[in-house]
Amino acid sequence: MRCIKNKIEHNGSGAVTLCPDEPEDMWHAYNLIRPGDILRASAIRRVTTVQDTGSTSSARVHLNLIIRVKNLDFDPQSSQLHVSGQIMNETAHTKIGQFHTLDLELNRNFTLEKEVGSDGEGVGWDSIAIESLKDAVDEGGKRRAEAVAVVMQEGLAHICFIGQFQTILKQKIEMSVPRKRQGGGDHDKGMNKFFKVTLETLLRQMEFNTSLTSGANNEAVRPVLLASPGFVASGFQKYIQSEASTTTPGLKRLLPSLVVVHSASGYTNSLSEVLQSPAVKTILADTKYARETKLMDDFLEQLRKETNKATYGPREVEYAVEQGAVGRGGGVLIVSNRLFRSQDIAERKRWVSLVDRVRDVEGGDVRILSSDHESGKRLEGLGGIAALLTFPLIEPDLDSDAE
Amino acid sequence: MSRHRIKDVDYDDDDFYDDDDVTADPEEQEFLQQCTTAVLQQLNAGQPSVTATKEEVQDALWHYYNDIEKSVNYLRGKREKEATKLQKSKIQPVPAYPAPPTTAHFSAADFFRDCPWLNIPSHRKSEILIEPLYPRLGLLGGAPENGGKLSKLAALAAARKKKDGEKAPSQPETSTPSTPKFEQPKTSSLDHPGTARSLRDRLAASGRSTPKASEGPASLRRLATPSSSSHPTPKRPESESDTEKPSASDVSESMQRMVLEPKEPEPQQPVPTIRALPSTFASTIVGAATGPTAAEPSHLHSNSSDLLRIYGQDHAEPFDFAAPSPDDVVLNAQNTAKGMKSKSAASKSAAIKKGQSDIAGGMKDLSVGDKVTVQSKNLDVLSEYKKSTRKRSANFVVIGHVDAGKSTLMGRLLADQGAIDQRTLDRYRREAEKIGKGSFALAWVLDQGSEERARGVTIDIATNQFETDKTAFTIVDAPGHRDFVPNMIAGASQADFAVLVIDSSVGKFESGLKGQTKEHALLVRSMGVQKIVVAVNKMDTVQWNHERFEEIEQQISAFLTTAGFQDSNISFVPCSGVLGDNISQRTDDPRASWYTGRTLIEELETSEPYTHALEKPLRMTIGDVFRGGVQNPLSISGRIDAGSLQMGDQILIMPSGETATVRSLEVDSEPSDWAVAGQNVVLNIANIDPIHLRSGDVVCRPSSPIPTITSFTAKVLAFEHLMPMQVDVHRGRLHVPGRISKLVASLDKASGAAIKKRPKIVGPGVVARIVVEMDQAVPLEAPTRIVLRAGGSTVAAGLLE
Repeated sequence: MRCIKNKIEHNGSGAVTLCPDEPEDMWHAYNLIRPGDILRASAIRRVTTVQDTGSTSSARVHLNLIIRVKNLDFDPQSSQLHVSGQIMNETAHTKIGQFHTLDLELNRNFTLEKEVGSDGEGVGWDSIAIESLKDAVDEGGKRRAEAVAVVMQEGLAHICFIGQFQTILKQKIEMSVPRKRQGGGDHDKGMNKFFKVTLETLLRQMEFNTSLTSGANNEAVRPVLLASPGFVASGFQKYIQSEASTTTPGLKRLLPSLVVVHSASGYTNSLSEVLQSPAVKTILADTKYARETKLMDDFLEQLRKETNKATYGPREVEYAVEQGAVGRGGGVLIVSNRLFRSQDIAERKRWVSLVDRVRDVEGGDVRILSSDHESGKRLEGLGGIAALLTFPLIEPDLDSDAE
Repeated sequence: MSRHRIKDVDYDDDDFYDDDDVTADPEEQEFLQQCTTAVLQQLNAGQPSVTATKEEVQDALWHYYNDIEKSVNYLRGKREKEATKLQKSKIQPVPAYPAPPTTAHFSAADFFRDCPWLNIPSHRKSEILIEPLYPRLGLLGGAPENGGKLSKLAALAAARKKKDGEKAPSQPETSTPSTPKFEQPKTSSLDHPGTARSLRDRLAASGRSTPKASEGPASLRRLATPSSSSHPTPKRPESESDTEKPSASDVSESMQRMVLEPKEPEPQQPVPTIRALPSTFASTIVGAATGPTAAEPSHLHSNSSDLLRIYGQDHAEPFDFAAPSPDDVVLNAQNTAKGMKSKSAASKSAAIKKGQSDIAGGMKDLSVGDKVTVQSKNLDVLSEYKKSTRKRSANFVVIGHVDAGKSTLMGRLLADQGAIDQRTLDRYRREAEKIGKGSFALAWVLDQGSEERARGVTIDIATNQFETDKTAFTIVDAPGHRDFVPNMIAGASQADFAVLVIDSSVGKFESGLKGQTKEHALLVRSMGVQKIVVAVNKMDTVQWNHERFEEIEQQISAFLTTAGFQDSNISFVPCSGVLGDNISQRTDDPRASWYTGRTLIEELETSEPYTHALEKPLRMTIGDVFRGGVQNPLSISGRIDAGSLQMGDQILIMPSGETATVRSLEVDSEPSDWAVAGQNVVLNIANIDPIHLRSGDVVCRPSSPIPTITSFTAKVLAFEHLMPMQVDVHRGRLHVPGRISKLVASLDKASGAAIKKRPKIVGPGVVARIVVEMDQAVPLEAPTRIVLRAGGSTVAAGLLE
């Protein structure tokens, strides 16, 4: 995403104009835009006019609309963001107060304005929002590192795109592969068919050009991680190799970027294991998700040791922060960014203030994990918030307020 | 007529003009004379007696190829028609039976009989009479028409005519010997036209519904009740003439007469009968052709409601469909004549019957669509099961660390028990040595996959059967590699007890203990296995060292006891799978003399019979979906967890909710009509799309479906730390991702009372109640044993609540 114009005031109000230029930017926009914000973007609206005679005619008109956001709808698979709200500017075709749903499009600027209401109506550009904006704006285009992971087991494959901020499950392939049987050769046949379908799907999802003549040959190929328990992934690699040497020579370009790693199962659950494997770490070193994964592992390790130096859950973490356990010298607050996406302003304020307190007052570290990553998903399971503490803390029994 | 036909059969016309028209042959003249007398006699003797001139008779005989009966019928009919014309004003007598529809009575010959055309040259007339109807009932059998050959059907017709013509029962002697004369020259070529004909008949029968096709059902009926050839047949003059003149003309004539018969209302002579003769009117209406039916007091006729008779289609009567089929008659005649033929009439008729039902069935299937209906035998499976005298059966799973020698041990067991023949074993040995893995030969008995053989590692479970004197065993060979623990769980869910194989060699035992030895033992225990046989394998590599054995025994039994196995259910056998020591035979190695206990097979036989939930609703987890072959395009295999099923049952597949029909089933690779809980079955199913079937799905009855759920509460024993985390849920072949959403409480192991509510984390060895959520709906119901795994290791196992 490129930042076209930045007019954020000191008090937190102001507007930015952004231009999304890759699908993941929609995810950033999804994190930036909150209900209550003012969004200006180009839109196509169908306008129906009624003549005096009662006959109607409808036309599509291109408009620049300003809406006050009511609702957001994000489709991670196709990276589309739909923002609905009430129109705030009067045009020839629309009235103020009418509803419209803006579909943000790639390479079309949009302007996002956040207000600070005197009555606490809006929160403006708070620390989290500014941090998200920093994450979103990628001037150097340096965080293009992306990988494709195929997590598979017999008859099951998940093709995932691992981005900087999100892991998108692009396609799931499920196929019934006959098991080995006495004297039956169906298993090998079934596996071959399964590999064939998986490869076809993978190439389609990657938009990989297998033709030798096209000019796309110099295009860099993203690393492709093949992960499976047992020998399925290596079998798939072999299959791709044999395909490359026989039917589709264009595949040869893909071969160097194939990495076979181990995973415990063919489900996306085991993506974390994939990302932690040494082979992958060398390829994707120091990317955000690798750090996030490591952080989660440290946390869980701490939890396992039962040192009471790790805690999770909203109430527990808040209690720990109150006690000053998440402070200088190793205190880490781990928050899923889902919490900031809350519709409820009070809810968001609660988490923003907690984050600000840890960072500014306590001096602890704050990590905001993407809920669309494997590590973020693990954190979700723990309630979306966890903390590594500087000293062991035994919480009072919180059963009373357990629902 | 005959001229025309002769043309048809491509004979030199001139020859046959001579043959037919010139009656100078004294023999023929004499024969004609005989026939004429016979006809006249019959006409006089019949009721009502009819008079005819000699010329008329001879003319008729000529037209009917010297067939006395037909000539008689024809003449009688002619007289009667004339009489009716005269007596039109007279009161018509009530027919003795419902007057058949006259339309059915229509025949060209009859219709045109008294028109002047009758006098025109016969070759012209014949075209009108025959052409349009030829294909309907004609003999298309393609009889060989070259000289001297007589088609089977022609021969049959001859035989039938002869019998029909027979008034005096003394005739069969002459007629039967004459039949072989027809046939002997070409018995080899006989079958095909006949079968073709009958097949066509049957097809016509099932395929058409035109009035004329009513012969179809009749032919079906006839085929279904073939009678012997004891049908009294009138004598046929040809039987004499044949002997002198088995000429082509004769042959073709007789054949063609057969062709004609169905269409022509040739009135047949009523033979002396026990029934009252039809009235004049009736005879007129029905063309006096009730003869054969009346003449035949056979029960075959009397008890069947003959469509032919109902519709009065006497013109079809010469075929007399209640009688044996042409093929049968021919074959019978052959049999009586020659004494014995290789193909007996009975078997032939049986074959025809079968073929007929097949075709009828096929037609029915076609019309219904592609739905397969399987007739259920409606067995009371449970009582069948009690009645059955099967051997005691036991399933056991072979578990242990990778490379402990599980597959080899089981290969040895199968080889020793004769479940695998020596030749196959030798082949495996050769092939294994070829790729440098000679020691894996025995394992190849169970490791059938190409990948498994190439890598020398069992990947998926393999089942095999063998029997001892007392028990029929089913082996489930599980993989030992940690990546394939899901497969091992699937195998263990099919087992009644377990054989834990331990590598006794130095270092391997210790690494195994850290590896899958423990995990497997815990898994089988948590899946309900009570009895475990520990095979301390590869004892030959440690020189049958007694101390080594005792050390292993001590460590393992301590571990197994903590895992929850009772001491009495644990037994140890030192053995060697590669050498076969202490497997089926006691070892003769002197170093192993210290061991006096049971061999492995004896130990297996001590297993108690296992009871299964036969009475509960059907539950079966699909282990595999495959194509069983051409006959069974879709098959599923698995072990029935509860209940019973039988052929023809409707089953419901969950979670897809689709129904299917059990076409057939196999129990332990043997076809069976039913199966009960505890048996390993293969179901050949139909009426379902394979995409609705996945391994791990549950088969149940539509009446008592298994619920599908997205979250459940379970009481589990933690093997590792539990916290809200992502896990894989395993139950048999079922393997779905899920997550622990809530730790409800940690529980006291003995009493089950909650120790701590909402623990943050549950440590290993602690019993806890947890809530697991899954993304997709999964067929699970309480009480079910489940296993939770994460990151390649088993984190918990327990019981669904």
